[in-house]
Amino acid sequence: MTGAPSAIARHRAFEEIWRSPPGWGRLAAVNHTTIGLRFILTALAFFLVGGVLAMMMRAQLTAGGSGFLDSETYNQIFTMHGTVMMFLFAIPMLEGFAIYLLPKMLGTRDLAYPRLGAFAYWCYLFGGLILLGGLAAGVAPRSGWFMYTPLSGSTYSPGINADVWLIGVTFSEISALCGGVELAASILRLRAAGMRLSRMPLFAWYMLVTSAMILVGFPPLILGSILLEVERAFGWPFFDVARGGDPLLWQHLFWMFGHPEVYIIFLPAAGLVSAMLPAFARRPVVGYPWIVASVVGMGIVSFALWGHHMSTAGISGHAAMFFSVASMLVAVPTAVQFFSWLATLYAGRPVLRLPMLYLAGFLAIFVLGGMTGVMLALLPFNWQAHDTHFVVAHLHYVLIGGMVFPLLAAAYYWMPHVSGRMPSALLGRWAFWLIFAGFNLTFLPMHLTGMLGMPRRVHAYPADSGWEWLNLASSVGGFLQAAGFGLFVLDVFLHVRTGRRSRHNPWESGGLEWAMPTPPTSYNFAAIPDLAAMPPSGAADPLWHQRDLGARLASGQGYLADPGRGQRETLAVEVRTGRPAHVVILPGSSWLPLASACALLVFFLALLFKAYAAVPLAAALSAALLACWAWRTGMRTEPLPMDAGNGLRLLPHAAARHAPGWTGTQLMLVADGALFGSLLFGYGYLWVVSPLWPPPACVTSDAPAPLSSVAALVAATASAAMARTRRALQSPKACCAWQAGAALAGLAAIWALCRIALYALPSPTSHAYAAISAAMICYVAVHAAAGVVISSHAALRCLAGYVSPARCLDVRVPAVWWAYVLGTGLLALGLLYGTAHTLA
Amino acid sequence: MAQVSYRAGLLASLPAASAGAASPFSTLDPAGPVARIIARLWWIMAGASVAITLGMIALALYCAVHPSRPAALDARKWLLGGGILFPSVVLLALLGGGAYAGWVMAARLAPPPFVVQVQARQWYWEARYPETDRPQARSVNVVHIPAAMPVEFRVSTPDVIHSFWVPRLGGKVDAVPGRINVIRLQADRPGIYRGLCAEFCGAGHAQMMLDVHAHDAARLPDVLAALPEDGAQAQPRQRSGR
Repeated sequence: MTGAPSAIARHRAFEEIWRSPPGWGRLAAVNHTTIGLRFILTALAFFLVGGVLAMMMRAQLTAGGSGFLDSETYNQIFTMHGTVMMFLFAIPMLEGFAIYLLPKMLGTRDLAYPRLGAFAYWCYLFGGLILLGGLAAGVAPRSGWFMYTPLSGSTYSPGINADVWLIGVTFSEISALCGGVELAASILRLRAAGMRLSRMPLFAWYMLVTSAMILVGFPPLILGSILLEVERAFGWPFFDVARGGDPLLWQHLFWMFGHPEVYIIFLPAAGLVSAMLPAFARRPVVGYPWIVASVVGMGIVSFALWGHHMSTAGISGHAAMFFSVASMLVAVPTAVQFFSWLATLYAGRPVLRLPMLYLAGFLAIFVLGGMTGVMLALLPFNWQAHDTHFVVAHLHYVLIGGMVFPLLAAAYYWMPHVSGRMPSALLGRWAFWLIFAGFNLTFLPMHLTGMLGMPRRVHAYPADSGWEWLNLASSVGGFLQAAGFGLFVLDVFLHVRTGRRSRHNPWESGGLEWAMPTPPTSYNFAAIPDLAAMPPSGAADPLWHQRDLGARLASGQGYLADPGRGQRETLAVEVRTGRPAHVVILPGSSWLPLASACALLVFFLALLFKAYAAVPLAAALSAALLACWAWRTGMRTEPLPMDAGNGLRLLPHAAARHAPGWTGTQLMLVADGALFGSLLFGYGYLWVVSPLWPPPACVTSDAPAPLSSVAALVAATASAAMARTRRALQSPKACCAWQAGAALAGLAAIWALCRIALYALPSPTSHAYAAISAAMICYVAVHAAAGVVISSHAALRCLAGYVSPARCLDVRVPAVWWAYVLGTGLLALGLLYGTAHTLA
Repeated sequence: MAQVSYRAGLLASLPAASAGAASPFSTLDPAGPVARIIARLWWIMAGASVAITLGMIALALYCAVHPSRPAALDARKWLLGGGILFPSVVLLALLGGGAYAGWVMAARLAPPPFVVQVQARQWYWEARYPETDRPQARSVNVVHIPAAMPVEFRVSTPDVIHSFWVPRLGGKVDAVPGRINVIRLQADRPGIYRGLCAEFCGAGHAQMMLDVHAHDAARLPDVLAALPEDGAQAQPRQRSGR
């Protein structure tokens, strides 16, 4: 390097490249620091809305009969309280922390898909606004936040309320899925050089497992919501008993999401605890491999528990026993984590600062919540306590104890990082005691309220029930909590102005996020750290082994320290070893995420208001914008090795086998597969469990239709695979021809599938069999349509010069996509036609 | 600090607990074998939970404020003992207790039961007595059963999901369209036992209550003889309505 720039000059050059545009341009920002803080502040606003709804509920329940709210209004309020807290506060808040913190902790400059992160934010905001809009207009959903059918079906909930829930929540779920894909890809691929997977910060492990859980756990709810919306709007009877459906199918799909959901909420918070505790114990965490094993174990086991929400609904005794035992089993990995933390404190030299107070609150409350959870897992007890205020008490102990208290601790811990100023310890302590005392006053007696027989979701109760004093205590506690949270919010907003300037790294943590100036620069690190020489025991707390790491990085000692190329660059590493693999060139600010989210908003609003003429137009617009977005990736020229610093030359990601786009495609297919799996489950479940099966009419076994569908899909897959061969890649025209062939074969497949749905199946409104069969066909057809778009896009890319043997991502994506469509098509058609004989 | 808050909370609820007998919906004032066994399980679990919670808090306080000399730590002992062995032992004991309770309940309710069909609707309960000599009789928001013998409630609904629950007698069972869910309960003595709907079912959910009247087995046929038949107008009775 000739004439190495000074640290100041380097900083200015990097800022120029990485900062978000000012003014209105901030809406186009994609930088993870900005997006993370946006998620956090928006989630805080939704938390306050949910809190106000809770206060109204507590005010109503203070005395049994004197309520100021009638039943219908109250039903909207409790439904919205649950919905807002679970979907619009808990997940987005934790996502915000992860988006903000992970690149910094991992020693990299940004997440893998900056525009996707921005898009996820806008989808979250718009979905949330749909729900709040419903509340403001008096048409909020009112069937409970888990929306059991048939109450939430069109017969018993006519009106737009339930549709507001289904559409608003689905829109927000898209956000969570995008977040899951982005975080998983970033943790796997974008880290500091030499940061082994087995030695990365624990918070990254927690978020990796959480992201995987999101990818597998959210699709069942998305499927359920789609099915329920289609039932409400078009009469396809998935959950209607009279026509072969089953209301319990909704419950299965919902809780297959719902149970992992609460662990998706708990694990990131526990990850934050693991990230903060070493600083206060002044030693690295004890039992790192034990914690990783527990977190992975919890992630897996949490998918086997969902039936414990249904033990009184009429599931088989054996199933209920299985879910009961599994629910208790999950206490073991939780206990391992707790004892790890306690061992860390014991073996360390603890120093008690304000965040520790909140962590103490977390321990006290969450342990009791875990105890009541294990109690609820025990079947006979569950039959008394289910659907009473005992469950309400339990869930608030685990959610507020297990998530809100760690979040408050994390807020106090990282506020100096975000703003460079210290919050007020006095306000923080007052807030803690008010929240802690208020929380326990509200929810500890509530266990007894439930045992005395008070059910959930009642707006009034008889004067002779004996529940009045307990409800009064709970309501008083609610006011104390509100005061405490108010003080916290005040502290957060005041400290930005009046907080005293904190010294750098006030907690003397070893985490990489402190190896930068605080408030952080827009580019995190002037040089990507090289941790290869770090001893294994120290890798999770790098700053304790190289105290001057921050200064070294600022002076350019590391990788990619030269801003001279004028583009946003970060390092991609091998998953397991952390060895530098290629350079990722990240996009700058863009309006596409906001525009795409707006197009999707139009699409969802058209569905909500049943303006079905607008739906295909909005869908086409969204697809066009997403195609524009995809067009802006890749390189038109042959990639050349770049100087990555420290004598290393690396190729850019467009030439890499494991480019971020490829990892993202694979992760997205996992989520898609979970959705398809849920659909297959739905078919099998209805067949085996639903009364009124077998259906009066099955699919007519007219051989040409399914065979031609399969033939067309095979042709598409083969064509796309041919486009991947070296010979094809060398000739853009040949490659384009293969892609066009795939697209045409795809169109033929869609035509054949439509023939099956229209002519071979009975009407989908006649029986659940026809409805779910049609849904499976639609799934394959929609994916084939997406394949047509993807292949057409790839064909154009070939002609435009984006494709060569070294730059083949544009061609690998259609190949795997068509293989996926073929696989799901074979499964769907095989199931449909294979079972037709048995059913008929 | 944390312990004070917990003790205060517990003390505050004790008067309510001792007044638990005054709540007609209390699961802690059992009137039948199912509720009694479950209540006993509850007290044991509650005591153990409080003990474990206080124990963990005490351990955490000790770890956080112990005299600061570098303490030798056998990590494996902590993690294996505390993280794996301790919860496993407790959970096994719990499962054993639950299994035993379930076995006892099944044995107590084994004799041939008196059968009641309960239909839950928005927003009232309807009971029929199919295996008596008045199978056409129906009672609304009241269920007549014999005392001191097992009763099998067969619960269903034509509309949305409800849940049939008589806390002083035992657990609840959901009324799900398309299914007949069954629960066996027993009232030890004649009397009136209050019940309610425990699954949110719409605007009238909070008012959807019922009374279970347990009679001496000898008197029951007379009671049933006085009930109206199918087709006779019977208005659903409102409980202290609001």
